[in-house]
Amino acid sequence: MTAAIVCRDLRKTFVVRQRVGRVRRRRVEVRAVDGVSFEVRPGEMVGYLGPNGAGKSTTIKMLTGILTPSGGEVRTVGLEPVRQRTTLARRIGVVFGQRTQLWWDLPLGDSFELLHHVYRTEPARHRRNLDELVERLDMGEFLATPVRQLSLGQRMRGELAASLLHDPEVVVLDEPTIGLDVVSKLAVREFLVGHNREHGTTVLLTTHDLDDVERLCPRMMIIDHGRVIYDGGVAAFKSEHGVERTVVVDLVDPGPPLEVPGARVTKVEGPRQWLVFDRRETSAAEVVRAVTSTVAIRDLSIEEPEIEALVRRVYLDQRDDV
Amino acid sequence: MADASVGLGGVLHAYARLVGARIRSDWQYRTSFVLHTLSQAVVTALDLAVVLVIFDRVTALGGWSVGEVLVLYGFATASFGLADMFVSQVETVPEHILAGTFDRFLLRPLPIVLQLSAAEFALRRIGRVVPGVATLAVGLTAADVSWHLGSVLLAVVTLASGIAVFGSVFVLTCTVSFWIVGSREVANAFTYGGSFAQQYPLHIFHEWVRGIIGWLLPMAFAGYVGTIHLVGAANPLDLPRWLAFAAPLPVGVFALLASRAWARSVRNYQSTGS
Repeated sequence: MTAAIVCRDLRKTFVVRQRVGRVRRRRVEVRAVDGVSFEVRPGEMVGYLGPNGAGKSTTIKMLTGILTPSGGEVRTVGLEPVRQRTTLARRIGVVFGQRTQLWWDLPLGDSFELLHHVYRTEPARHRRNLDELVERLDMGEFLATPVRQLSLGQRMRGELAASLLHDPEVVVLDEPTIGLDVVSKLAVREFLVGHNREHGTTVLLTTHDLDDVERLCPRMMIIDHGRVIYDGGVAAFKSEHGVERTVVVDLVDPGPPLEVPGARVTKVEGPRQWLVFDRRETSAAEVVRAVTSTVAIRDLSIEEPEIEALVRRVYLDQRDDV
Repeated sequence: MADASVGLGGVLHAYARLVGARIRSDWQYRTSFVLHTLSQAVVTALDLAVVLVIFDRVTALGGWSVGEVLVLYGFATASFGLADMFVSQVETVPEHILAGTFDRFLLRPLPIVLQLSAAEFALRRIGRVVPGVATLAVGLTAADVSWHLGSVLLAVVTLASGIAVFGSVFVLTCTVSFWIVGSREVANAFTYGGSFAQQYPLHIFHEWVRGIIGWLLPMAFAGYVGTIHLVGAANPLDLPRWLAFAAPLPVGVFALLASRAWARSVRNYQSTGS
């Protein structure tokens, strides 16, 4: 079986003109994507992570046919994206979390009807897909509501349906959970896992929410400064690089930094303290138990590491290896 | 580029649906729609009033009678109005690029110009088409045209060439604004200015003006050449009758040029991302 997505030494360089002095300008080359290679097999769910400006969106734009690569090679469902743009468009679905593909002033259902004509899906197949998506994404109640009046969570469900109506082999989701509340996030994730299992749709998902990746993708790639710095299993990543987590506790009475085995306090703000621990060594439950055995707490929460912290971790570990 | 495996019928059907969606969206602001359409019609009618005022003082303009000028006005306004209605939307490309909404057009299996035309379709532009078509009809009825296959063909060729010329000018000037943000004003000088000039017999303009807005941008085929031979108006430039029928040739070349420039601009966007 051919790969769903192949990138070989993919590059994209932008020329930016910077002002130097009053009139003079200098051409500066920015390497947004700097030699990215990977392969995604059909049916895989892959997380594509990276800090802002790392090159995630540029990669996605190249493999969906929006941007021409400056170098290297890219094939999506075996096609050359820019040259075979319209053929490719029928075989992939794309969601940009920040930008809608729906018709803003019309009822959500109208957008689906329009997409049916844009993609010219057979009426019977369209009907079947639509019924399934409406049921799975629980959209029945707001199909008649104009898109501009939908909540973010409702709209995102609409976006997902819009990208899947024409049975794409590959869907690319750019930040599909950005700004969503916890319940909507869970609904979206659950839906994606189910859809992938039943239809075998290949999913490439960019996010800077590590949680998304943990729940959805067995495999993740981390990109930074235009290069893939990690490509492998999520579980393997954790055991290789360890992942620091943070327990935030609100004490009943402000006090000195707590002494907890396996964790260290990194910040104190009045009654609130941040305890960082390595999950290879201890667990959130252990840390919380140790804290509550010595002081009374009012509230607690657990923070996942930011993607920036992960990237830093990878670099640190690489340096240690040398 | 259009997908070869996709029938033209399917594409046009999708286009019609998209236009319908845009009209339904706009219909929610119907007062604004009515006012815009009326103002458009008034502006167009004012152009016509200017022509009539001129004829209040003179009996002929460059040797053309008021009836002959009305036919010319009708052709130029109707064809420009239709191009304005279906093609001028390409002017919004820079805004779509700035807002990041241009990418969505690249992700759908339809030609980009068609998607733009539908997405930015404004029914209010009919306010320009209606007075144009009405004037053309009145002018042709009043003029002493002997209707036979040849003259019907000539009228159709002239109108179609006009739409193609003005449409191509829109596309061509828009490719300039792909690169130079804010160049729309300059572009307007050619699109709106050029079409306005076509409401008057071309030979009354200075030679170099004629050269630019008559032949280089082949707007002379949008009404002037056809009108001469359709109503038998004065022909000081001695343009032969076959030239009026041959209009699709230069206009076709011009349209091809415009479509090449467009494709190039899109490729350029795809390689620079701006």
